[in-house]
Amino acid sequence: MAVHPKEHRVILKHADEPGFTPDIDCYMKHGGYDMLKKAVTMEKQDICDEVKKSQLRGRGGAGFPAGVKWSFVDRKSGKPVYMVCNCDESEPGTFKDRQIVHKDPHQLIEGIMISCFATDCAKAFIYIREEMPKGAEALDQAIREAKEKNFVGDDVLGSGYSCDIVVHRGAAAYICGEETGLIESLEGKRANPRIKPPYFPAVLGLYMCPTIVNNVETLCNVKHILEMGADAFANIGRANNTGTRIWCVSGGVKRPGYYEVAGITLGELIYDICGGPKDGRTIKAVIPGGSSMKILKNGERFTGKNRDGTAYDWGIEDIPLDYDGIAAAGSMSGSGGMMVLDDSIDIPVALANLMTFYSHESCGQCTPCREGSLWLKKITTRMVHGESRPEDIDLMKSVADQIEGRTICAFGFAVAWPVQSYIKKFEEEFREFAERHSKSDVDRTAAKELACNH
Amino acid sequence: MEEKKNLITVNIDGHDLEVAPGTNMVEAAAMLGKEIPHYCYHPKLSIAGNCRMCLVELGMPGRDRATGEAMLNEDGTPKIMWMPGPAIGCGTKASPGIHIKTDSPKALESREAVTEFLLVNHPLDCPICDQAGECTLQEFSSTHGRGYSRFIEEKNVKPKRTRLGPRVTLDDERCVLCSRCVRFSEEIAKDDVLGFTDRGSYTTLTCFPGKELANNYSLNTVDICPVGALTSTDFRFKMRVWFLKDSNSIDFETSVGANTVVSAREGKIYRIKPRRNDEVNDTWMTDSGRDLYKLVESEDRLTNCSIDGAEASAQDAIAKASELLKSAQGVAVVGSGLCSVEEQFALKAIAKSVEAKGVYLVARYGESDGILMSTDRNPNVRGALMTGLIDGLPEEELGDLGSKIDSGEVSTILVVKEDLVAAGLSEAQLKKITIVYLGAHKNATSGKASALLAGLTQFEKSGTVINQQFRIQKFHRVIPGPGGTIEDLYALASIQANISEDSFPSTVGSVWKQLRVGGTPLAGVSFKSLSDQGQLLDGSAFENLPFREGESLHFEPKREVVVAE
Repeated sequence: MAVHPKEHRVILKHADEPGFTPDIDCYMKHGGYDMLKKAVTMEKQDICDEVKKSQLRGRGGAGFPAGVKWSFVDRKSGKPVYMVCNCDESEPGTFKDRQIVHKDPHQLIEGIMISCFATDCAKAFIYIREEMPKGAEALDQAIREAKEKNFVGDDVLGSGYSCDIVVHRGAAAYICGEETGLIESLEGKRANPRIKPPYFPAVLGLYMCPTIVNNVETLCNVKHILEMGADAFANIGRANNTGTRIWCVSGGVKRPGYYEVAGITLGELIYDICGGPKDGRTIKAVIPGGSSMKILKNGERFTGKNRDGTAYDWGIEDIPLDYDGIAAAGSMSGSGGMMVLDDSIDIPVALANLMTFYSHESCGQCTPCREGSLWLKKITTRMVHGESRPEDIDLMKSVADQIEGRTICAFGFAVAWPVQSYIKKFEEEFREFAERHSKSDVDRTAAKELACNH
Repeated sequence: MEEKKNLITVNIDGHDLEVAPGTNMVEAAAMLGKEIPHYCYHPKLSIAGNCRMCLVELGMPGRDRATGEAMLNEDGTPKIMWMPGPAIGCGTKASPGIHIKTDSPKALESREAVTEFLLVNHPLDCPICDQAGECTLQEFSSTHGRGYSRFIEEKNVKPKRTRLGPRVTLDDERCVLCSRCVRFSEEIAKDDVLGFTDRGSYTTLTCFPGKELANNYSLNTVDICPVGALTSTDFRFKMRVWFLKDSNSIDFETSVGANTVVSAREGKIYRIKPRRNDEVNDTWMTDSGRDLYKLVESEDRLTNCSIDGAEASAQDAIAKASELLKSAQGVAVVGSGLCSVEEQFALKAIAKSVEAKGVYLVARYGESDGILMSTDRNPNVRGALMTGLIDGLPEEELGDLGSKIDSGEVSTILVVKEDLVAAGLSEAQLKKITIVYLGAHKNATSGKASALLAGLTQFEKSGTVINQQFRIQKFHRVIPGPGGTIEDLYALASIQANISEDSFPSTVGSVWKQLRVGGTPLAGVSFKSLSDQGQLLDGSAFENLPFREGESLHFEPKREVVVAE
């Protein structure tokens, strides 16, 4: 497919090029593993410093600076340090890591090996979700090829450093994307996220050893930081939001898909690159970073003060498409899974769909999330089935407020934020929908279908 | 004083408190008499942090990011930076200057929220629930709940009577998924059979395929279940807990001496549960120990004294026993490791009065399980040593006594609780001797007794026993004995008085007036003031005896002794 001129492809540079294949020969023809060859001649700390200097932030969801994360690792314990690549990509609306793994797996392997070398990890694990069987095969194949060429395994490129990569397939639970849940699952247990403190992965991670958990896209970026240098990398995008990001756009746009961009606005992505709403439709709202993020309503004004004291006043299309920009608009860029809701979507139905998903995926470990998510599903289902009561909207908000911030892991936010933000921004629609839908002659089939509640 | 230096000052609701490092906030608050409600936290298990009931507000002294210096309020006190969200008390360990609020609006609101969540899918079947009256969910719902329900949806339906094992039945609808039972099985019982299946609110406790919760500690899961989910198959639907009267007791199964609480109503025992003693059994006990109350009404229970097989009053039987022992030439005494310290003291006096040709105990050994079942299955061998009844460890067989019978040296035997046949004497040997028997249950020996004194079980009398650590612990009478029985100590004291023609103390309290006089290893102990946690005695006089004990929760056998075995 043709690359849009507004795209800035670094990670996906070769992925969609005609003739680019996922095998090692093709990858090496494109300069593959040159950076690993360079890395093993460098001081480990220098690589870490470069990554820190590049201001690379985690691409998995929370956006934590990767270099800082690496520096947290407990080196005094005497235990081995593990690297875990989070390829569970389970946030609805996100499909970027899949592209990398399927089309350019060696880029990930190289990124992992450079990162492992820099942080002196004893072993690396790629935790790949069950729904990517081909991806797992591609990675296994890539690792085999890389081992043959001595890029992975014992005494990598004669450097004296040894590190193996293990591909571990999950069993299709959303919560396995949460890093401590992932670690539990990797250990062969039920993926119940761990309490923090004390189980911070950097100290007590996989097998109670210090562990670094990084997203696929994050690790790939390490290779490019080495290639272009931290300063050049930091020049891409805005300060504190460096590098490109791959956005996955789905829903009511003409050209949904994945787009690697930097330094553009949300409007440029949706309207210019994705072609705007489908014919005859208007955009109603955007969920910016995966289904758990707070919704942005088209038509609302996003105002506030920048760090330098100047004021901003944005419409939805003006929001800078990066961590800080979307945060300034009151949401989060999350995993980069952008869902565009057009005017054909009833917001209460969308919420019911989400609550069906989240109540199904709650691990059930801690009380507020376990009980609250199912309760919210039951209320939203009732709404879709035309049995809503006027007080349900306040009740839903109250239940969400009771979950938020009281759970072991961030899943509680993932349940609460959609409810809170949808109701805050579309309260009138909720009331109107509840009333309209409770009439006896209304056809509820489509709504039930969309909400996955029959 | 050294320890004092390491203490950490924490602040709970404005009160400064010094605690040991590692103390969590639930325990710290308890020291101030403040209860932070919790379900999943248990002092003897790992921290799970899943119930979220113990959420409190948490703050730390602020530090200036640039300079790293402590931030101060205008009045010079440290500025506390409160975290935006609440933190779990159980998972928050003491650190210098830490502040928590347990009763702020935010903390109280969190509790209300969690309580509401726990109740939305709870069946609210308290009227038919065994846990009612001692249910944490019931108590906290009344203290921390809102008192009304906002939930109008259909509740989840789960299995109501799953058999997890021979002694434990699960009502899954009541389960709050605190995972205490799972952690207990894994961490304490070392029998990892419990786990959860399904997800979210449909999560269900279950045994792993092909396994069941059948270990000898399975009923501890019922004890620690904060709700009515795990129930004792034995106790289920038998008695309302608020009718039960609790008495402190000791598990007589082994030399560990697990501390227990025995619950009874109107002269009938309904259940035995462990009592916390951090030096002995923590909060656990065996399943087998909980069955011991069934000895009270067992089929072989002796409920009448007798003389030569004919029913007799206790007074007559005591008189007959005294006469037999006094007039006999060659008396031996077979005491028991199941007797209390007080009874062993009385037995020793009798042995002295009759110039006994031998004093014996019968040893009982079994396999140690490394937790609360030690190798020594007598609860009070050390009592017999410390009262001076015996001076060496007992044998399992009474071979020495047998040869004394054969040689004619012994013609009369006072047997307490033991069965001579089971201890290796032959029918022929028994025929040669006159038997005086005191015990609560029939056996081959009691059937041949010329004087039979129907005694009491441990639940019908009070006294003390000395466990493997030389810890003296007391047990209390729970119920009265059946009519026709006589209290063991009273019977022995009467016999001793009759033989020696001098008075002998016949109650536990009066025995201790003699036991505690200086010079004996029991000096200074008083039954009345003995703590319910027991008291360690100096057992050094016996340290060279080759005790047969395995390792248990708070006891490690001496290495040399193990080698000596």
